[in-house]
Amino acid sequence: MSDLAVDREVDRSQMKVSDEVAIDIVNMNKWYGSFHVLRDINLTVNRGERIVIAGPSGSGKSTMIRCINRLEEHQSGKIVVDGTELTSDLKNIDKVRSEVGMCFQHFNLFPHLTILENCTLAPIWVRKVPRKEAVDTAMYFLEKVKIPEQANKYPGQLSGGQQQRVAIARSLCMRPRIMLFDEPTSALDPEMIKEVLDTMIELAQEGMTMLCVTHEMGFARQVANRVIFMDQGQIVEQNEPEEFFNNPRSERTKLFLSQILGH
Amino acid sequence: MSNTHADTVLFVRDTMLPQQEPPASTVGALGWAKANLFSGWFNTTLTILSALFILYLLSGLVPWFASPTWYAASLTECREILAGHEGACWGVIRERWLQLMFGFYPSELYWRPVLALVLLFVAVAPVLFADYVPSKLLGFTALYPFIAVWLLWGGTIWAPVMALLGFVVAFFVFRYASKQISPALALIAGVIAALLWWMVITPAITPDLSRLLPIGIEAVQSRQFGGFMLSITIGVTAIMCSLPIGILLALGRQSDLVLVKAICVGFIEFIRGVPLITLLFVASTLLNIFMPPGTNFDIILRVMIMVTLFASAYMAEVIRGGLAALPKGQYEGADSLGLDYWQSQRLIIMPQALKISIPGIVSTFIGVFKDTTLVSIISMFDPLGLSNAIRADTAWNGVYWELFIFIGAVFFIFCFSMSRYSMYLERKLQTGHR
Ligand SMILES: Nc1ncnc2c1ncn2[C@@H]1O[C@H](COP(=O)(O)OP(=O)(O)OP(=O)(O)O)[C@@H](O)[C@H]1O
Ligand SMILES: [Mg+2]
Repeated sequence: MSDLAVDREVDRSQMKVSDEVAIDIVNMNKWYGSFHVLRDINLTVNRGERIVIAGPSGSGKSTMIRCINRLEEHQSGKIVVDGTELTSDLKNIDKVRSEVGMCFQHFNLFPHLTILENCTLAPIWVRKVPRKEAVDTAMYFLEKVKIPEQANKYPGQLSGGQQQRVAIARSLCMRPRIMLFDEPTSALDPEMIKEVLDTMIELAQEGMTMLCVTHEMGFARQVANRVIFMDQGQIVEQNEPEEFFNNPRSERTKLFLSQILGH
Repeated sequence: MSNTHADTVLFVRDTMLPQQEPPASTVGALGWAKANLFSGWFNTTLTILSALFILYLLSGLVPWFASPTWYAASLTECREILAGHEGACWGVIRERWLQLMFGFYPSELYWRPVLALVLLFVAVAPVLFADYVPSKLLGFTALYPFIAVWLLWGGTIWAPVMALLGFVVAFFVFRYASKQISPALALIAGVIAALLWWMVITPAITPDLSRLLPIGIEAVQSRQFGGFMLSITIGVTAIMCSLPIGILLALGRQSDLVLVKAICVGFIEFIRGVPLITLLFVASTLLNIFMPPGTNFDIILRVMIMVTLFASAYMAEVIRGGLAALPKGQYEGADSLGLDYWQSQRLIIMPQALKISIPGIVSTFIGVFKDTTLVSIISMFDPLGLSNAIRADTAWNGVYWELFIFIGAVFFIFCFSMSRYSMYLERKLQTGHR
């Protein structure tokens, strides 16, 4: 896979990990019908951590991070996000979802709304922020992802990379404490991948707690403080990026890395 | 390309070419005709043959249409004027067009349905042309149904006022209750309050109110309604009500709640499986059997309910198609931002699903409007029913084409306007590709 992030200077000094627990997953299991997709997942994420999740296709990476904001329901075990346990209680689910931002592979912007409306919608309706304030926040974050001039266009008029940056800004407008990314760059052309990764690195430097499913190993090396390798619905290995790449322990990880890095 | 010429392949443009006019034979009317009508011998032959055919049709139709019978007072008179030539007998339209429009509505009160129609346009303007009409008018839109009913049927003003107050009562009960109990229960409380208001309080005090404050206009019976007025009254009601009911049915059909889903599916499949005429017969005869004796449940109201239910079932399926066409990512995008079910439906899902379904929705509207002619089956005088009544008059016995052409033309104007509007709306809602 592409190693585009190598040319960037990333300042890790501000990426502090605190002792406070942001996400706690205990013995979580999930089935699709009779198919056991996630098996005994245990994962604790502290505030400020940047975690990259890798693994072969179909290994359950997407399913796992989608469980964290309850886009998928788990059947056993426990998921606690920011002190709120995810149960079938709708109030809890909406609370967690408004605290956790998510970016998707295909952006999922709302095509019938302008960029600005995409960004102000949730703050206005969920957070009940006054419109004026919501617009100011949206413009602030659109400037941050470097596309304030597109605010009044529709998503269909933007390039893929621009759309993904809007999607990030849209999530940030809710002032989330945790961000989830599900392969945010895998539908993009190489030069657009760079602009999206730059935005994500900036976010990491500001201390955002992030979980990213991605095949951008350069990004993992530079930004992540932990890499998680999944296979067949299980966490097979987790380690610091340097160790993970240079000294993988399990055979599956070695095989996966040799394929993905093309050694 | 061969390598031996590699040195001659190098090319660098040093002057940019200015824009030039296209050749004259490709632009303008001439260019259009050449490209579209006379490109090649086959197209040219077709064009000439079609032109001849159209000429032949016109040579038959124009004299028929242009017959000087506007002032004839009966079919016999028409025949005298035409003196054996073929021709239309337009006298019937001149004499009876008001009847085709208003049925047996008292002619000195024609201004009331006309005013109701004009106000209808005012009421729908802020909905249909939101870009040009101030949204303050929406308040009038909400009041319009009550105004229209009063204008059309007349009678004491207290009946529509009490009906309107029922909604106000329901709203305040809901507002007050939703602070104390859950929204769903508050909604039920509001509905119960409104029903109590309409069924208990209204019948108790309306007669006294009308006696004390006798404000009202002359009452018109439903039997006197007819013609396009009847079609439009039933059609507009069914169109306005079927859209929201159809949306709820479509959502109910997708619901996770088994009972809600079963009810919606059952309703939709039952209504779609039964011809509209059957439902109309039920409305005109069977319903009376179930009603307590002595209740006067207006026939037009019964028909409106049946046509609305019928249209809602079709509408629900059209909207379900729109919902199915939305990518799953839209639901996930809305969910991931913390929008609740009704918010994401209202702000994200429905605007897009309805936009996709516009052609189907408008087709359903047009179908419903034309189906209102079926009420002639249960001896109500829609335009077609009236055309029979007109032929029953000895003066016009035998006039078919002229009446049908007139009725068809009026229906066409309405349906074509709806279709053009939907195209305008689709263009307006176009927001880039994808
Ligand atoms: N809605 C579903 N119903 C049934 N099975 C599903 C469903 N969604 C995913 N699966 C299965 O669950 C497994 C894990 O899917 P998941 O999307 O989490 O994989 P992934 O690791 O994200 O893969 P990729 O890298 O291709 O995105 C796959 O085998 C997939 O076929
Ligand atoms: Mg995936």
